[in-house]
Amino acid sequence: MKGNEAIAEAAIRAGADAYFGYPITPQSEIMEYLALQEPHKRTGMVLLQAESEIAAINMVYGAASTGKKAMTSSSSPGISLKQEGISYLAGSELPCLIVNVVRGGPGLGTIQPSQADYFQATKGGGHGDYHLIVLAPSSVQEMSDFVKLGFELAFKYRNPAMILSDGMIGQMMEKVEFFEPVPRLTEFDQSWVTTGKTPDRERNIVTSLDLDPLGMERHNQALNEKYNKMKEKEVRYEMIDCDDAEYLYVAYGSSARICQKAIKLAREEGIKAGLLRPITLFPYPTKILAELANQVKGILSVELSSGQMVEDVRLAVNGKIPVEHFGRTGGIIHSPDEVLEALKTILIKK
Amino acid sequence: MKIESETLTMDIEEIIQDENLVYKKTSCMTDNILSFCPGCGHGVIHRLTMEVIDEMGIQSETIGIASVGCSVLAYDFMDIDMTQSAHGRAPAVATGIKRCWPDKYVFTYQGDGDLAAIGTAETIHACNRGENITIIFVNNGIYGMTGGQMAPTTLEGMKSSTTPYGRDIGLMGNPIKISELVSQLPGTYYVTRQAVHSPSHVRKAKKAMRKAFESQKEKKGLSLIEFVSNCNSGWKMTPVQANKWLEENMLPFYPLGDLKVDGKIIT
Repeated sequence: MKGNEAIAEAAIRAGADAYFGYPITPQSEIMEYLALQEPHKRTGMVLLQAESEIAAINMVYGAASTGKKAMTSSSSPGISLKQEGISYLAGSELPCLIVNVVRGGPGLGTIQPSQADYFQATKGGGHGDYHLIVLAPSSVQEMSDFVKLGFELAFKYRNPAMILSDGMIGQMMEKVEFFEPVPRLTEFDQSWVTTGKTPDRERNIVTSLDLDPLGMERHNQALNEKYNKMKEKEVRYEMIDCDDAEYLYVAYGSSARICQKAIKLAREEGIKAGLLRPITLFPYPTKILAELANQVKGILSVELSSGQMVEDVRLAVNGKIPVEHFGRTGGIIHSPDEVLEALKTILIKK
Repeated sequence: MKIESETLTMDIEEIIQDENLVYKKTSCMTDNILSFCPGCGHGVIHRLTMEVIDEMGIQSETIGIASVGCSVLAYDFMDIDMTQSAHGRAPAVATGIKRCWPDKYVFTYQGDGDLAAIGTAETIHACNRGENITIIFVNNGIYGMTGGQMAPTTLEGMKSSTTPYGRDIGLMGNPIKISELVSQLPGTYYVTRQAVHSPSHVRKAKKAMRKAFESQKEKKGLSLIEFVSNCNSGWKMTPVQANKWLEENMLPFYPLGDLKVDGKIIT
């Protein structure tokens, strides 16, 4: 099954109440798969093709404001259009799932895979102080698993969650084992949802507006506390061949798969290389990187970008050891050989 | 305090006795003091909306969408569950809610800048899909909240802070008639243009508001009620002058009455 199709099937199984989308390559299979499945017949899930990405994210905002499990998906230029809505969702503390199957940019860019939306995904993306929970799948299996996990984390923290994938994982075919279906929600937290004011409670208001600066500052502080809690409790990563590693790759998603192969090639040549694969890009695995900086001689951040995640690696390492970047852009995917060569020429300098 | 006339002498305590009251606050309005300028039509339109919800007994099933502009604080005054949407996006937000809760009553409350400029796409497509919602559209021909700039509905020659010498059609284009536009779309069921600057207009507007929510109850499709309203602050007029100006200038261009009833265009 394709990565995009796995996202769609997982959405139905995760008990999603609604999907609102707009076509864009390379992720249109998500909505197409849902349309073929007729989710209204399977689970009662709503599926609607919106007039734009902007409308789609605002439909998500509406559904999420009533406590429903709502999601949307798009690719880079479409995700840019959604940023206003995403900022409102974060400001209003609404849970939802946003999938970005990243393609190369800037502008209309290319339809080929890229990881150049890292800054946008992890640093906020829209206006104001906020963060999304960002999950980075590196297999079709994780495309499915992270839909369920994304909804769980979104509702746990009342915060939008994003799956940051790319055109390679979206289009790639692999075996998937799906999780057992989760029933759709039947109870809604009456402390905040706008489902109609009943006589037993005060009216609920979903808004991101507070014209009182002190009130707005308190809101910002509360959001920040939430993000700090995520940093404490939700960091996820995978370590491959790190135990005896002298050199470390840091890579997520499709780049992590390529680095895995590069490690093998490196070890055949006697270079002890390892890989740290961040699974959550926000919160970022900062602590483990700081620890690994005491063990390894240098780190190469490998991304399909001109160097975005490398900044977070450098922050975590804080100058202890050299941290360099390697990555192809524009939709070109680096090969394991290139990645090994980069380790040798950029980091080891032999 | 004593109130005296030739036929009646009552003190305030007697007047507010239930049996003497002929008019009181709608229970679906909160006790917050309206933040609108004196003479503004928003207060009346807020009240009409809440009166209808009160009379139909649908408070517990109603979700309102506040937009951006002077209508942004509607949730301070309407005692119902409300979601505040991004600028222009209210019909999309309403769509998201209504699709998930088809048996609830969902309405948007939007001004002309919100609905007819930045949110035109959301408006047209919600209307075209025939979302079973009610759109309350307050057209005062100006951006009130931001200080009186030109709106998509600003009349030709009308002064605003960004058209200080009057709207020049050659430069800025024509004012847009949204109600005429959306009445052409098959998804709209009821489209009407009303006003609230006199008691007789208020009474007619109330009937229109009721009809819109009744249509939603019967799942007939989208209703849009345009209110041609005033903005005495933005228009730089007294409330009395503003209402007179509305009669003489706004209504000839935005004529009142039904444009589409029961899915049929009125010709």
